[in-house]
Amino acid sequence: MSEVKNPLEGITKESTAKLIEETLEMYPEKAKKKRAPHMSENDHEDSGCAIRSNKKTVPGVMSARGCAYAGAKGVVWGPIRDMVHVSHGPVGCGFYSWGTRRNLTSGTVGVDNFSGMMFTSDFQEKDIVYGGDPKLEKLLNEAKELFPLAKGMSVLSECPVGLIGDDINAVAKKMENELGKLVVPCNCEGFRGVSQSLGHHISNDTIRDHIIGTTEYAEEPGPYDIALIGDYNIGGDIWAAVNVLEEIGLNVKAQWTGDGQIEHIAATHQVKLNLIHCYRSMNYMCKVMEEKYGIPWLEFNFFGPTKIEESLRAIGECFDDKIKANVEKVIAKYKPKMQAIIDEYKPRLEGKTAIVFVGGLRPRHTIGAYEDLGMKIIASGYEFAHSDDYDRTYPEMDKGTLVFDDASEIELEKWVEHFKPDLVASGIKEKYVFQKAGIPFRQMHSWDYSGPYHAYDGFEIFARDIDMAINSPTWGLVKSPF
Amino acid sequence: MEQSKKMRQIAIYGKGGIGKSTTTQNTVAGLASLGKKVMIIGCDPKADSTRLILHAKAQETVMDKVRELGTVEDLELEDVMKVGYSDVKCVESGGPEPGVGCAGRGVITAINFLEEEGAYTPDLDFVFYDVLGDVVCGGFAMPIRENKAEEIYIVVSGEMMAMYAANNIAKGILKYSSSGNVRLAGLICNSRNTDCEADLITALAKKLGTQMIHFVPRDNQVQRAELRRMTVIEYSPEHKQAEEYRTLAQKINDNKMFVVPTPLEMEELEELLMEFGIMEAEDETIVGKAENA
Repeated sequence: MSEVKNPLEGITKESTAKLIEETLEMYPEKAKKKRAPHMSENDHEDSGCAIRSNKKTVPGVMSARGCAYAGAKGVVWGPIRDMVHVSHGPVGCGFYSWGTRRNLTSGTVGVDNFSGMMFTSDFQEKDIVYGGDPKLEKLLNEAKELFPLAKGMSVLSECPVGLIGDDINAVAKKMENELGKLVVPCNCEGFRGVSQSLGHHISNDTIRDHIIGTTEYAEEPGPYDIALIGDYNIGGDIWAAVNVLEEIGLNVKAQWTGDGQIEHIAATHQVKLNLIHCYRSMNYMCKVMEEKYGIPWLEFNFFGPTKIEESLRAIGECFDDKIKANVEKVIAKYKPKMQAIIDEYKPRLEGKTAIVFVGGLRPRHTIGAYEDLGMKIIASGYEFAHSDDYDRTYPEMDKGTLVFDDASEIELEKWVEHFKPDLVASGIKEKYVFQKAGIPFRQMHSWDYSGPYHAYDGFEIFARDIDMAINSPTWGLVKSPF
Repeated sequence: MEQSKKMRQIAIYGKGGIGKSTTTQNTVAGLASLGKKVMIIGCDPKADSTRLILHAKAQETVMDKVRELGTVEDLELEDVMKVGYSDVKCVESGGPEPGVGCAGRGVITAINFLEEEGAYTPDLDFVFYDVLGDVVCGGFAMPIRENKAEEIYIVVSGEMMAMYAANNIAKGILKYSSSGNVRLAGLICNSRNTDCEADLITALAKKLGTQMIHFVPRDNQVQRAELRRMTVIEYSPEHKQAEEYRTLAQKINDNKMFVVPTPLEMEELEELLMEFGIMEAEDETIVGKAENA
C-alpha cells in the first residue's frame, strides 16, 4: 500500500463526516439507513472506511446506473466489430443503445465492421405470447444472408426473453450448426443483478464458454505476445495504448473488446501476458485464463505521464531486458513532450478541484492524470463498482476526501454545493444539471465527444479539454439563476 | 319503465379438469333459454371453452389470428367472434402450446383487444370468462381486474385437491377484492359422487363465507351430449340433467350473495376434511422417519 497522501486544505475527516451526516439527513429514515454505508470519508489506513457496494439501488432515488443488458451490449459485446450483435426483444433496448457509447472501430462497414449497425428482433405481442425463438432463427438466417462476411453473431437477451422463458441457448446451438457460423447466446436480461456490472460478468462467462480457445493465431506465437483486456476504445483510447505497447516491443495480439475482432479474442489463450485496463468489467476473464492457461495478468493505468511511466516499468518487469530497455527509451522519448504539456496547462489548473463520478474504473484510474496537471480530486465515486474496486481507490485518494457508491442526484448536488469544485466529471444524466448551475463539466463516459485520453497520445487532449472546460471565458459571461 | 340493465361479468375458476368449460357452457345455454344475451370468453390456450356452443372442434382464437396477421392492430372483431347456439357470442383468447411463450400475456392481449374493438356491447346480459385451471401468473387474473368480472364462481367437487384449489382461488379473490369490486358469488359443486359431497361443499362454502349455489349431479348424459359437441340443454332439453343446468342458470340469474371470501388456513381446511372422513389425522411422531430407523 502506498503512503498516506497529504490531506487537502480545508478538507478533513471530520468535515467530510459532517457533510455525510448532513447529506443523509435529507433522506427518510429507511433510505438514510440504506445509503449510509455507501459513502465515507477516506482513510485507507483505517479498514473501517470500507464502502458498501454492488447493492440494489434505493427505490425512488435518481440513479445513474444501467442494466445487465447495457453491460453486455454496450460494454462487452458491442465493441467487437466483425460480429453482428442482436438485441433480442422489443425494439427500444436496441435502438437506444445504438451508437451511444463511442467505442470507435476501424475496418469497412458491411465487410469487417458491423458495429455501426443495429440488429433487433423487434418483438410484437405475438412473439411474447408464442415465444420469440422462431423469429430469432429467422433473424439469424437473414443476418447471415445479408452479411455473409460477419464472423459470427451474439444474441443479447432483453427482459421479456427471460420472462417468457425462451430458450435462446437451444436456438443458438441449432443455428450455429445450420449456418456454420459462431452464434453466442447471452442471457443478459436487464432485470438480472443490480447494475450493468452483472452484464459484464455474464458476457465474460459467454466468452469463456463459447469463444476462448476456439481459434489460434495465424502467425507463430512469439515471446512478446500480449492481449489488452477491458479497453473499449472510447474515443480511440485503445489505439493510443497499442501505440505505446508496440513501441516498447510488444505484440498486441487481441483487443478485448475495443475495435475487437472475434478470432483474435478467441486465440487469446496463446498470449504471454494479459494487460487489464478496466478491472471491473473483465477481471473475471483474466482469472479464468490464468487458471486454465497459466497466463499471468497485470493491471495497468495509462492516464497521465506519472501513471504511464509506473505502468510501463511494471510491464517491463514481466519481460526480458530488451523490453525493459525499450521502456526506458520510450519514457525518455516522451518525457519532454509530456513536460511541455504540463508546462502549458499546469499553471492554469494548479490547485483546481474536481468531483469524479463515473462507472467502474475511471473514478480511480484518471486521478493521476488530474494530479499531473496540478489538480486535486476531492470526491470520487462509482456507479457499479465492487469492494475490490474501492480497495484500489482508497490509496489513490487524499485523506479525508469523500468516496462514494451509486450516488443519487440529490447527493451529488449536495456535495457539489458543499465542495464547490472547479470541475464535475460524470455522465450525461448529470451533465446539464451542473452546467446549468454554472459549473464546468466533462462527460467522462464518452470523453465528451473527444478523446483519446489514454496513453501518451491521449494526455495532450485530456489536458486541453480539462483546461477548456475549467478556464473557458464562457463561465464569466453567464450568470446562473440558481 | 325499463331500467337500464347492467351487464354482469362472471368468471369461472376451479381446479384443472373439474369441468369448468362443460359447466360454463351448459349454464350459459341455460341462461340463453331464459332469454338472456350471453358472451363466453375462453381464457385458456387449449381453446375448448366454446366448442359445445359452436359445435366446433376448436374455434380460431384471437392469438392465432394475431400470429397469422402479424399484429393485433390488423385484427378485426368478426375474425374472432363467432355466434353459436341461441345467439351466444363466443371468443377464445388462445395462446401457445405448453412450454413456450407466455399464455398469460395472450389472455391480456385478447381481452384488451375485445375491449378496444367494442365486443362488450350494451345488449349483453352476461359475459362469462372460462379461465385456465391452474392460475400461474398475472395474466390469468386479467378477467378479475378492474372493470371486468366482479362475480366469481368456483367449480369444485368433494375431492380433496379440488377443495384445496378452491380455497387457494378464494385467497386470490380476497387479494383482488380489497382493491376492487371482485366478489365470490358461490361454489358450484360438479359432483364426482364422493361421500357426503353436498354436505362437505356446503360446509366449505359456509367457512368461505359463501354458498353452494347448486349441486350438479353426475350424469353420463353430459358425455353423450359432448360427443356431439353439444350442451345437454340443446341435445336433450327434456332430460333431467338439462333441468339441473337450467336451475343453476336461474340461481345465478337471481343471485345476490356476493361476498369477500374468508379463505381457510391450511389447518382449518384439513380439520374440515378430517371431520368428513376425507383425510385421516396425521401422526406427527412418524414424520421424517425412515422405515428401518
